[in-house]
Amino acid sequence: MEATQVAMKEFEPKIVGFFCKWCAYQGADLAGTSRMKYPLNVLPIRVMCTGRIDPTYVLTAFAEGADGVLIAGCHLGDCHYETGNYKALRRFALVRRLLEQYGIEPERIRLEWISSSEGSKFAKVVTEMTEEIKKLGPSPLKEVA
Amino acid sequence: MENPKIAIVLGATCAGCDYSLLDLPPEVLLDVLGKVEIVYWPTATDFKLEDLKAVPDGEIALTLYEGAVNNEENEELARISRQKSQNLLAFGACSCFGGLPGLANVTTREGLFRQAYLDAPSNESNGVTPLRVSTVDGHELTIPDTFDTVRALHQVVPVDYYLPGCPPPLDLIGEALTALVTGDLPPKGHVFGSSKSLCDECDRRKESKSIHELHGIHELIPDEEKCLLEQGILCLGPATRGGCGYPCVKMNLRCWGCMGPTPESIDQGANMLSALASVLGLDRETDLTDEAIEVLMKQVKDPLGFFYRFTMPTSLLKRAVRRNQ
Repeated sequence: MEATQVAMKEFEPKIVGFFCKWCAYQGADLAGTSRMKYPLNVLPIRVMCTGRIDPTYVLTAFAEGADGVLIAGCHLGDCHYETGNYKALRRFALVRRLLEQYGIEPERIRLEWISSSEGSKFAKVVTEMTEEIKKLGPSPLKEVA
Repeated sequence: MENPKIAIVLGATCAGCDYSLLDLPPEVLLDVLGKVEIVYWPTATDFKLEDLKAVPDGEIALTLYEGAVNNEENEELARISRQKSQNLLAFGACSCFGGLPGLANVTTREGLFRQAYLDAPSNESNGVTPLRVSTVDGHELTIPDTFDTVRALHQVVPVDYYLPGCPPPLDLIGEALTALVTGDLPPKGHVFGSSKSLCDECDRRKESKSIHELHGIHELIPDEEKCLLEQGILCLGPATRGGCGYPCVKMNLRCWGCMGPTPESIDQGANMLSALASVLGLDRETDLTDEAIEVLMKQVKDPLGFFYRFTMPTSLLKRAVRRNQ
């Protein structure tokens, strides 16, 4: 085949999104109902709180072939459970360093605060992250073992 | 009735597990030795591979395989052990999870050789790394090829029982061997150990959840009554299976995690990372700037080496990315 066909087919990253039920998921919903345009590369998973996101979720996503992981929740101070997102913030700082040691670029994991009224921020973040990971290429974990 | 046959097989191991066998209390050791026939144990006496190969398939009641699978010889022994044995037990942390040799998965075979034979300041290899085939006095000699990725035993052949620990705790070895000689082996898949975490079993006093400063064990003499983690010592107890009787913690040393993950866990390192990041800076969490968080977390100098000391090959990601090595 068809080298031209292969060349024409652009790499479409798979990004797993963990979104908190109260803010980021609502923000994503708003982006949709407002008919904003953004890439389809994020697979959204709704969680109760970013503080609920166990680091094993992030590692599992990468182990199963994700090219990136986006975590998004309420702005600091706005957490429905008061401090869940502060815990997510601290875990994220350590998880990113661990992933670097495994050889996964830090740009492949991103933490964002998106409120339920920030549909446009959701669209912007997803667009930016998709572009960034397109530049990076497929996850280095996908090399032939 | 014939005594059940047992074999003790060595993979990528330091043979520390063998010492645990010899450390068994005399009443247990002598009782068991009188009721089994050892068909292969190269550490103890001059057994050869041919002796193990000569045993009819499935005739060994229990084989204890110690060490990870790191080269062709380890893999061959693992396969033969499986073939000859009714029950195969992964003996020790290396066999169960990859163990310390498993940390080689941060690099590749070439990276490993480079570090061990060229870059390490203490070596005298004169630039020579191991060759699979070499010629000495006209004779061709081969050594087993080292693999790129270290594996635990169950990643190579099906395993019936697991007995973790570095070295495996004496009580648990006694339990496993007694189960064999009394014909009372637990259901397949059983892990000898507790179903609780080490933290659950530890009797140190736990007072506050929040910590700020982490300390190396050379930096302070910890209070012997108080939880080590609360004193800023990176103790792996929260994410580690109990059942070892926590001898390290009793000696005022931290738990390194050699009993592996707790029963429900799929990744010991991620669990410990989560536990630690949650308590670091907890009581001022709403005041911490991004920079302050970075400073807090950078106290963990080597997250991978600390969180996955014994379990990298069986972690969710199994090995680091190969980078143009």
